[in-house]
Amino acid sequence: MQKFTVLKGTAAPLPMVNVDTDMIIPKQFLKTIERTGLGKYLFNDMRFTPEGAEKPEFVLNKEPYRHASIIVAGDNFGCGSSREHAPWALLDFGIRAVISTSYADIFYNNCFKNGILPVTLPKEAVEELMQDAKEQVELTIDLEKQQVVGGNGKTYAFDIEPFRRKCLLDGLDDIGLTLVYEDKIAAFETAQKNTQPWLYS
Amino acid sequence: MTAPRTLFQKIWDSHVVSSNDDGTCILYIDRHLVHEVTSPQAFEGLRMTGRKVHRPQATLAVADHNVPTSHDRAKGIADPESRLQVDTLTKNVKEFGITYFDMNDKRQGIVHIIGPEQGMTQPGMTIVCGDSHTSTHGAFGALAFGIGTSEVEHVLATQTLQQKAAKSMRITVKGDLHPGVTAKDVVLAIIGAIGTAGGTGHVVEYAGEAIRGLSMEGRMTVCNMTIEAGARAGLIAPDETTFAYLKGRPMAPQGEDFDKAVAYWKTLVSDEGATYDKEVVLNAADIAPQVTWGTSPETVAPITGTVPDPASVEDEGKKSAMLRALDYMGLQAGMKLTDVKIDKVFIGSCTNGRIEDLRAAAAVAKGRKVAGGVYAMIVPGSGLVKAQAEEEGLDKVFIEAGFDWREPGCSMCLAMNADKLEPGERCASTSNRNFEGRQGRGGRTHLMSPAMAAAAAVTGRLTDVREL
Repeated sequence: MQKFTVLKGTAAPLPMVNVDTDMIIPKQFLKTIERTGLGKYLFNDMRFTPEGAEKPEFVLNKEPYRHASIIVAGDNFGCGSSREHAPWALLDFGIRAVISTSYADIFYNNCFKNGILPVTLPKEAVEELMQDAKEQVELTIDLEKQQVVGGNGKTYAFDIEPFRRKCLLDGLDDIGLTLVYEDKIAAFETAQKNTQPWLYS
Repeated sequence: MTAPRTLFQKIWDSHVVSSNDDGTCILYIDRHLVHEVTSPQAFEGLRMTGRKVHRPQATLAVADHNVPTSHDRAKGIADPESRLQVDTLTKNVKEFGITYFDMNDKRQGIVHIIGPEQGMTQPGMTIVCGDSHTSTHGAFGALAFGIGTSEVEHVLATQTLQQKAAKSMRITVKGDLHPGVTAKDVVLAIIGAIGTAGGTGHVVEYAGEAIRGLSMEGRMTVCNMTIEAGARAGLIAPDETTFAYLKGRPMAPQGEDFDKAVAYWKTLVSDEGATYDKEVVLNAADIAPQVTWGTSPETVAPITGTVPDPASVEDEGKKSAMLRALDYMGLQAGMKLTDVKIDKVFIGSCTNGRIEDLRAAAAVAKGRKVAGGVYAMIVPGSGLVKAQAEEEGLDKVFIEAGFDWREPGCSMCLAMNADKLEPGERCASTSNRNFEGRQGRGGRTHLMSPAMAAAAAVTGRLTDVREL
């Protein structure tokens, strides 16, 4: 997994609440057996006409937002389906961070598995950063310092669980980390088999 | 003496393998369900790292999202991408030694229908699947939640997940439901009350007479849509209804083991005095049959109501979302919901594709005809549900009434196969999401119960089933 340390880049404003994963990547693009190449389908129905032409009014079809690496969005971003294709599509497009007041749990979790940082901030802060994004102010997200730097150098501190932060900073492989505990997993199974044998029959 | 614990805490505590300083745990996963859409990259990851499946017997796989529901499907899948995805699953389960119900197996069906049907889903278990509607299995008092593909790979490789305990929430539905009001109406009313993010970060435990009174099918409907309220999982403490449902199912404990299991399952209730981070109480008597009018499951109203007016909403974010939804849905504020005409009807899905759902729809369809210009499809949740319905003669009732009786799968709940809405078409649907484009680009979805969907089929408009 790609490490996440400091990100400075263009932020695309998406002032909508409840952006769901069906919007982020519609189901017809879930038939792939690959993780890559989904960026061209990101926000497909909002970004393109049924004939495949760009909708000029959609933010990611405008300069400089075509090159955005951050999305600033309304409440409850990423709700709905568990499809990891949503963060894969974001990442493949070039998005490395999202800023919102809240996220759906599964999407939030999926981001961390792909080196994407979902930043949670209070409503007023998101509104100010949304305004910065609209004014094409580049934002800086520093995971080490746990802060976002907006227009005029204003900083916004954010919270993040220490373990998730460490995994992102170091680009750690979750499975490798867990397999260190193989003996404990085996001991758990032995104990469970004794008390609930029907789970193993 | 230990402090009183909630059902969630009991299941959580009994599955912690290891925990670190910030509370992140390695949580043991008892059962893993796998389908073709969210698993190919996980198996590929195992191959690339040379890892094995830790405990193949704990996993059950099925193809459901891409499968055709037409009667000629034994001939194979026409769409090359869908076919490749299903073929990839077939190849992967063989390579890694996982139990698999293929498309032509009688036990094939929607992953969240077949787990309970086979008795694989049991109280006290931790169950995951790369699918948000895994919350369904919480109806048995199992901690069940959806995961992404990276986590599918993690579970395959280790039979565990790295997790932090969620917060707890109890939703109590007091009293008895009115006739004609179903589990679907209850859960839609709950989502309407707390919102699509109302449960975020929480595991919801359902309680109260109205919940206790539900069948297992009804409880599964409620837990299934818990994810639409943003919650991580839904839970209903197991009771005699649960034990009776499980007894004799192929993957349930057998003989003496069953009695031992029941003795353990009976301990799976929240202790007296256990506290929750959040409590919500609803009165069953206040719940009427529900329909959604917008593009989020929280945009719901009683069928006796009208399309709400965005002008009455103060929050700017909510107001603009409402305006967008009404535009997308082609509805005007203030119009009566019973005046909304429909083009299609979809009865099925992991929310409402079980036998009881088909019985409820058939009771409405019996002796009536699908309205002119309406296409109505019934997609059983599994091959076994289909067989049971045919044994009861429900297929004949539906066919007689002009419904299309189809093969099992996810079908038009998410329209990954050939079953979809055309732009502008309006559908009365028993599925779980009314998002923009969910059932086909430009398609308009109204969520409701099976009885309400059948009522809409025979009248050609949204209808209060109690008035038929």
